[in-house]
Amino acid sequence: MLASVFIVMGSLILIVTVIVLNGAPSLSFEILTQTSGGGFYLGAGGGFLNAIVGSLLLALPATGLAFVIGIIIALYLQKDFLKPGFANFVRLCLDILWGVPSVVYGVFCLTIMIAIGMTGGSLLFGVIALTLLEIPIITRSIDESIKMIPLGLKESAYSLGSTKFETAMKVVRKQAMPGIIAGVLLGFGRGIGDAASILLTVGDSNYFPTSLTDQTAALPTMILNLVSMPDQVVQNKAYAVAFVLLVIVLLISMVTRYLTKKSSKHIIK
Amino acid sequence: MPVSNGSWIKKYKLLLVGIVSLFLSFVFLFILNNFFLFALFLFIFIIVLVYNFVKVTRSLVDLLGTRLMLFITVFVVFLFFLLLAILIDGSLNILQKESLSDLIFSSTWKPFSGEFGLFAVIVDTMIVTAISMIIAVPISLLSAIYIAEYAPKKFRNIVRPFIDVLAGVPSVVFGLCALLVFVPVVREDVAPFFGSTISSGFSLFTASLILSIMVFPIIISLCLESFNAVPQALKEASLSLGATKWETVKKVIFRASGPGVLAAIFLGFGRAFGETIAVSMVIGNQELIPKSLFGPGQTLASLIASNYTEVSSIPILASALIFVALILFVVVLIFNLLGYLVLRRASKRWAY
Repeated sequence: MLASVFIVMGSLILIVTVIVLNGAPSLSFEILTQTSGGGFYLGAGGGFLNAIVGSLLLALPATGLAFVIGIIIALYLQKDFLKPGFANFVRLCLDILWGVPSVVYGVFCLTIMIAIGMTGGSLLFGVIALTLLEIPIITRSIDESIKMIPLGLKESAYSLGSTKFETAMKVVRKQAMPGIIAGVLLGFGRGIGDAASILLTVGDSNYFPTSLTDQTAALPTMILNLVSMPDQVVQNKAYAVAFVLLVIVLLISMVTRYLTKKSSKHIIK
Repeated sequence: MPVSNGSWIKKYKLLLVGIVSLFLSFVFLFILNNFFLFALFLFIFIIVLVYNFVKVTRSLVDLLGTRLMLFITVFVVFLFFLLLAILIDGSLNILQKESLSDLIFSSTWKPFSGEFGLFAVIVDTMIVTAISMIIAVPISLLSAIYIAEYAPKKFRNIVRPFIDVLAGVPSVVFGLCALLVFVPVVREDVAPFFGSTISSGFSLFTASLILSIMVFPIIISLCLESFNAVPQALKEASLSLGATKWETVKKVIFRASGPGVLAAIFLGFGRAFGETIAVSMVIGNQELIPKSLFGPGQTLASLIASNYTEVSSIPILASALIFVALILFVVVLIFNLLGYLVLRRASKRWAY
């Protein structure tokens, strides 16, 4: 049993060391602060700042949208508002959506893009695909944390004369804060790292996107593009990009731990 | 009075906002021809208008807020069916050209000559998913048991972050590692060991290996949750009857958390089944019925990733790929429904 635990831990250590050892030599100040311009894929200079910005422009709005939708649904799924039968049906739908491979959301958006005659890809549809991907994740994790809230807390809010809406928005929301933070950051981590859905929807670009209909670069798709290049030097840049992506994911994980710990101080146990 | 209990200034401000937004909306409509901003400012104007003439009470806020929440909830359920409908609608195109059995039971995938047989890809998908689950399930279950029941608290606190981080590692990073580590290992060590000398390393087996690592954290964290939910009294009762620790794990904890473990395995299966990028990076991307585990292949999900660029040159291919996505969706749907039914039955039978 201990051996299997070490296999699991070892695989993470393996992944981190492989990426760090291969990525760190290609990292430089220049590569982090320039756009890819014309020659990044051909072995010339340039960096991948446009991919970092692109990824943030995709994941931040998507997480924001998914958060607003997710928290409202999660609050509404509780017994105060909905009959358990319908609530469980919605939960089942969300669970299925959670399980749906991200490439399906990509195909979904691609289908709409073909239907409206948009080719190549755009930031907008990338955001839509990621939002769809993140809604079930964020909703279900907030929902789980709301379920843990003691009934007495809601009852005392009701007994003071609060309406359902006020109780949900002011009492339940505050009490569920650690779960909400964890859920949102989980969704953000999935969104920024997911390649399959944006591969089909955002296209590629060597510069910053300037409008919603622009094509854009993103970290995961850039890794794929770099790896498929024949030149070994260019391929090595993929590890530098992966290094940055991994650092972002690790940061998110640490921020989650810190914030959930901090915010759970203020909730009523 | 229009505003229920606001001061003069508050009312005046609102009136100003209303007039300005009405003015701006006309400016945008007639002078700048920007319909979006026109709609936005008209919307603000209407809100101000309504706010001025309706008494805003707490019960009204409650009513409207609740309705809005209901609307959004129904919208997401609608989205679920919209997803299904659009996938079905998109794949009708290819289903009219070729029969369903042709698509599923013919094994030549040649989009350029108009042949869209998925049999080989489906077989590959099943093999890859099965092998990755065979590797992942025992290891993750054993780890989960160890972490939940045997490990000292200190060790548990070290391991938990590892699992959380592993769950968050992007699939493309997994793929990159597999490309650098597993592909050469499979080519030079594993494949010759099993007597297949011509393997390039890009193989079904490599894909299964990386998939099993991706599935670990999902199964482990869900299993841990259900192990921890088993009441302490139940374990103590078993131990006090003279059962050993392992007997307690096997006969009490496993039985009590059976449905949760099953759900975890189903979820892990879904992840392995639908993973796209990591698989497409190491599987070799050839639509063949595999002769050995160490030959190249293609899964349903990676088929989409490696073919989507041709969509604009072959219109029917788009429809074929949408059909593949529909298969992915329906299989996940069926497994979730199965899991749900099993859970419902099981939680009645295994109730404690």
